[in-house]
Amino acid sequence: MSIYTQEQVNYLVEGKLDWETTMRMLSMPKDEERFGMYLNTLQSKLPWDDKVILPISLHLFIAQNKKTKQWVTKCSCGHEFGDYRKNWKLEALIYVRDNAEAMHEVYPALMAPDTNWQVYREYYCPTCGTMHDVEAPTPWYPVMHEFEPDIEAFYKDWVHLPLPEKAN
Amino acid sequence: MNTMTRKEIGLPDLLGNGKTLKQHRDEVLARTHKTGYYNGLEKLEFKESDPITYEKLFSRIRGGLVHARETAKKIAASPIVEQEGELCFTLYNAAGDCILTSTGIIIHVGTMGAAIKYMIENAWEMNPGINPGDMFTNNDCSIGNVHPCDIATIVPIFWQGKLVGWVGGVTHVIDLGAMTPGSMSTGQVSRFGDGLQVTCRKTGVNDTPLRDWLHESQRNVRTTKYWILDERTRIAGCHMIRQLVEEVLEAEGIENYTRFAHEIIEEGRRGLQARLKAMTVPGVYRRVAFVDIPYDHPDMSLASEFGKLNSIMHAPCEMTIRPDATWKLNFEGASRWGWHSFNANQVAFTSGIWVMLTQTLVPTARINDGAYYATEFKLPKGTWMNPDDRRTAHAYAWHFLVSGWSGIWRGMSQSYFARGYLEEVNAGNANTSNWLQGGGMTQEGDAHAVNSFEPAACGTGACAIKDGLNHAAAVWNPEGDMGDIEIWEMAEPLLYMGRNVKTNSGGYGKFRGGCGFETLRMVWKAQDWSMYFMGNGYMNSDWGLMGGYPSATGYRFEAHKTDLEARIREGDTLPLGADRNPEDQGYEHHISATAHVKRDQQCTTTEAIFENHDLYLNYMRGGPGFGDPLDRDCASVEKDINNRFVLPQYAEKVYGVVISQGDDQVWTVDVAKTATRRKVIRRERIARAIPTRDWMKEERARILTKHASVQVRHMFATSFGLSAKFKDEFKSFWDLPPDWELPESELGVPSFGSTYRMDLAKMPDVRTVTLVEE
Repeated sequence: MSIYTQEQVNYLVEGKLDWETTMRMLSMPKDEERFGMYLNTLQSKLPWDDKVILPISLHLFIAQNKKTKQWVTKCSCGHEFGDYRKNWKLEALIYVRDNAEAMHEVYPALMAPDTNWQVYREYYCPTCGTMHDVEAPTPWYPVMHEFEPDIEAFYKDWVHLPLPEKAN
Repeated sequence: MNTMTRKEIGLPDLLGNGKTLKQHRDEVLARTHKTGYYNGLEKLEFKESDPITYEKLFSRIRGGLVHARETAKKIAASPIVEQEGELCFTLYNAAGDCILTSTGIIIHVGTMGAAIKYMIENAWEMNPGINPGDMFTNNDCSIGNVHPCDIATIVPIFWQGKLVGWVGGVTHVIDLGAMTPGSMSTGQVSRFGDGLQVTCRKTGVNDTPLRDWLHESQRNVRTTKYWILDERTRIAGCHMIRQLVEEVLEAEGIENYTRFAHEIIEEGRRGLQARLKAMTVPGVYRRVAFVDIPYDHPDMSLASEFGKLNSIMHAPCEMTIRPDATWKLNFEGASRWGWHSFNANQVAFTSGIWVMLTQTLVPTARINDGAYYATEFKLPKGTWMNPDDRRTAHAYAWHFLVSGWSGIWRGMSQSYFARGYLEEVNAGNANTSNWLQGGGMTQEGDAHAVNSFEPAACGTGACAIKDGLNHAAAVWNPEGDMGDIEIWEMAEPLLYMGRNVKTNSGGYGKFRGGCGFETLRMVWKAQDWSMYFMGNGYMNSDWGLMGGYPSATGYRFEAHKTDLEARIREGDTLPLGADRNPEDQGYEHHISATAHVKRDQQCTTTEAIFENHDLYLNYMRGGPGFGDPLDRDCASVEKDINNRFVLPQYAEKVYGVVISQGDDQVWTVDVAKTATRRKVIRRERIARAIPTRDWMKEERARILTKHASVQVRHMFATSFGLSAKFKDEFKSFWDLPPDWELPESELGVPSFGSTYRMDLAKMPDVRTVTLVEE
């Protein structure tokens, strides 16, 4: 198993890690220490100091609110989407590309879906406008709750880290 | 003894222990189910007590399998096999469980295993008999094959008079006599138009193909030369591997070989669990994928009117990774099979998943049935991936297989991302199409069929640390090769007028999806020629990830009565190179103004006549993107514009860059102005969007009034018909009244086959093999 430095993990998160090390990461057994180092990197980049518990998207984190100790889903800008067990999309802003004009803003005619078949649902942070997700479902499709992690089992039995306090 | 032995009463004793093959397999399964370990192997005694011999066996057999594949494929003349490597050889133990496989299209680990298990379950040893030197041929989709063009040759391996295993070899043949030429044809609505299907038929004895088989099979396909050389490829590979096993048995003994043939599977089972624990996060992951079935169109000529309707294939995936690193893949809610050739057998669906996961979760040479035994599958009976009717057509099962799995792919990527293994994240895959198919009489005067395998090099999905690769790979084919122009031109009467990166085809994102490519082909010196299109057009079959966009959809361009013969003769301009932006209709400037052009999203068509000098655009799709496009660094966008990977106007709109073009035609991104513009775009997003819960009220109103296209309603109606759970969850999410229903009968489209089924299990003297929870 290979061991990597905090600096290398920082570069990985930036998308600037050298290819030789990246190839080693791909081909060698995984380093269990990565998760802790990854959290360090992410924490150092964020403008807030609530504890990151699990990253769930490029700009979305399950984090422990420093004051309340509640676990929430939180944007990198600081916007909170509520309890981490709830589907954050229901608390986001949505823009639905459900007509040809809206579709052709992002792809040329003939290279975008026909909105009688498929729409694009773009979910934005209400505070900073970051696009956290683009869904591509049929009309009528329920908003999918995509990820419900078992954080307790993950921390305790998989990465062997102390579980942060949780008030909710 | 006053009772006759099995031999005396004519019962074969292939295992030398008085047990039938079925009894042996049942015992293996019983021990597995009872203990949770394959064949009850709680300890890997051979591996642990003599690891050197164990590893020697592994290396020798695995090396032999790969060697056999590389050698045998040189026999083939078909570019699909010889250029693209669409073949694979796999070794099984006596119970039909895979021990090891070669490189190649490893989906057939399961499909050939299913054929062996079918022979075991149905007492093939009694009739037609299983003897040393026999060969069996199978391509029956109702017992596990992906599509009929994957022909498997299966050879039993005996040692000192006892059956010790099987070897199977598969090639993707270029044609098998379906309704229309090409290996993955459209137009047939049922199995009876899918082409030649052979059910584990004994096609050789004493290592020699039977003459009736050779005569019959060749006259049932269009491309006899390729057919017979493909058969020789498979036979040669199987016999090389059988000889290798004999040498291994001679050197290491039957006891060690048998222990290895079981322990390696248990090792594979444990290996998958260990990788799940090492790379993922326990929890529940939900994703979904779709693809279009646009059959209600004038260019879909069907013999059966009841197949002529638009619908959507639906693959909702719930992946549960438990704290003990066991896992379940549940596709409850999937839509029903249909009267098209996109249906898939349960084994094709489950076995194909390993093709995908060997590229991330289990990147090992030890691919075998261990991964299957480590996975719980739920594929409800009656769905498109587990039909309950033996009439279903499967010729282009890949139309949705490749993207029906994409929910797993995106779920796994979510997991790798959460864990920090960013190097493994992949936003998804291209719908690997278009498939250029057709046939007729070639420039050589031969009856011929084509299936261009250029889609083996589509764009790949973006990673969390880099862009996807342009025109690079297909998830189902590890070779990732578009093939040489010169080889395709020799095989097909279609000249290349261009082969270029497909601009704007990769999904946008912080890291963009890889672009696909496009080739413009002109029919040249054909003598009767037909072609058709196969791919997605009205829909994307994969999504982006974490703010990245899906890739572009497909579209169709074909042109007839082009007058190119005269334009070539007169030295006039010609349609060459890329169709950079389909809105510009660039090719039309270089063909006759009265040419008959089809430029639309009908990317699935049936056989149409193409005359010499007609044009066909073969556009291979791009991969989806990762992350918000506004996070993409300016230098990368600038490079994309100048490399023609993205159109300038879409770089401005989607990436928010402020650009200018110099006198040297080179585009430059103004970094400072871009930063300002991106802030504005973020504010514009907030201004145009509404709270999700408000939008849900609007959408609920549309559902209450049944406001949606018939294809959307048809998809939901068939999913509701198969899963009360899916319907209840749908109604609960939208808070619909209890009496809200969506019966298929109210849609006004043909519902032939929706009520009365003809399951294979109802046939006399047939024992089906079920390998999933239904």
